[in-house]
Amino acid sequence: MLGQIAYALPFLAQGFALTLWVSLLVVVLSLVAGVILGVGLVYGPAPIRWAVRIFSDTIRGIPILVLIFFVYYGLPAVGVHLQSFWAAVLALTLFKTAQVVEYLRGAVASIPKGQSEAAMAIGLTFRQRLAYVIFPQAFRRFLPPWINGVTDAVKGSALVSLLGITDLMQAINQVIGRTYEAMPLYILGALIYFAVNYALSYASRRLERRFAFIRD
Amino acid sequence: MGYTLNFNLIWRHFDKLWGGLLLSLELAVISIAIGIVIGLVLAVWYVSAGRVVRGIIAAYVEFIRNVPLILLVYLVFYGLPTVVDLVYSAQTSFVATLALYSGAYLVEVFRSGLEAVPRGQLDAGKAIGLTPWQRLIHVRLPTMMRITLPALSNTFISLFKDTSVASVISVPELTYGAQWINFNTFRIVEVYLVVTAMYLMTGYILLFALRLVERWYRTAR
Repeated sequence: MLGQIAYALPFLAQGFALTLWVSLLVVVLSLVAGVILGVGLVYGPAPIRWAVRIFSDTIRGIPILVLIFFVYYGLPAVGVHLQSFWAAVLALTLFKTAQVVEYLRGAVASIPKGQSEAAMAIGLTFRQRLAYVIFPQAFRRFLPPWINGVTDAVKGSALVSLLGITDLMQAINQVIGRTYEAMPLYILGALIYFAVNYALSYASRRLERRFAFIRD
Repeated sequence: MGYTLNFNLIWRHFDKLWGGLLLSLELAVISIAIGIVIGLVLAVWYVSAGRVVRGIIAAYVEFIRNVPLILLVYLVFYGLPTVVDLVYSAQTSFVATLALYSGAYLVEVFRSGLEAVPRGQLDAGKAIGLTPWQRLIHVRLPTMMRITLPALSNTFISLFKDTSVASVISVPELTYGAQWINFNTFRIVEVYLVVTAMYLMTGYILLFALRLVERWYRTAR
């Protein structure tokens, strides 16, 4: 049994690398998209605010699995052909973007109104207010939940196995298909996911403590 | 982009979706009910236990929370029967998995609620001569409920959405129904639009109902 698993390790490592690659892409892309949409939600004119609100509430209201199938099977139906890898990344990114939007909104809302009024009173422009007053403070509120949410991206990436993409989850299933050693391999997989995510949530807790001096 | 929406085939097979939604709700309700029991018992135990028990409970919570649900579903359905002599259906297997999964999330919710109960309330309970058990039932748990309800509502909605993972072991819930229609009729965009609306509406109805409970709990003291 151990010999078979040892033999499969390089294959599992490839799957694990893909899991990390998908997660990294999703985290980076959703951070960019989420911050842009989040600023639109907080400071944008009404139509943009409504559009972002509807986007975020719809995406967060459905299971991520439904979103993955919708994007994967739906896009080719309307004539958009993406590789399954990119369809999966797109679906996961949409989901994560909606979360980032909410983290950003929450972080900005937690900054007392007086800060922005004081900045206005000393004559800072809108951009200066954001860059020098609001964002540096909101950033500390944004960071811990966001890092915690990175674990969701890693966990969510396991669903791309359903599209036939050989991530860690799919690699484990394929090795089981050949060796019939279901339990040891699932436990090994669980431990790998656990190690990555536990490290991330540990980092998030450390940061939260580091920023605990900020009060409401 | 020449795609014409045609919902006829969706309505013809709508029983798959409606039945699926009812099964999703059933899976969620049973799993959450078991999860609440696990969560309450372990949370109450945790706050009064020694280091060893705390460590074990924390290990359970951290393990479940850091592993993808789909892997746990596979592990219980495909993995566990190879090492223990048990026979169970996919549905039972999923309920057991989601119950353990929701239990881990609910321990966290209840634990932080219990720790937020003001010390003075417990002292007051002690002062009027309540036994530890009475203090738990009449003072700690009701106060904890009021504190945790908003977080609890969010956890419930998110667990309801997690029932979609049951489709990977062919439990015919809503997402499975959607895939069935997807593969058999190819009305792909239509079916996922309808299913999106069904999940959203159910989610909002649940949220509304839970908000009513929250309000009722706030006023009825």
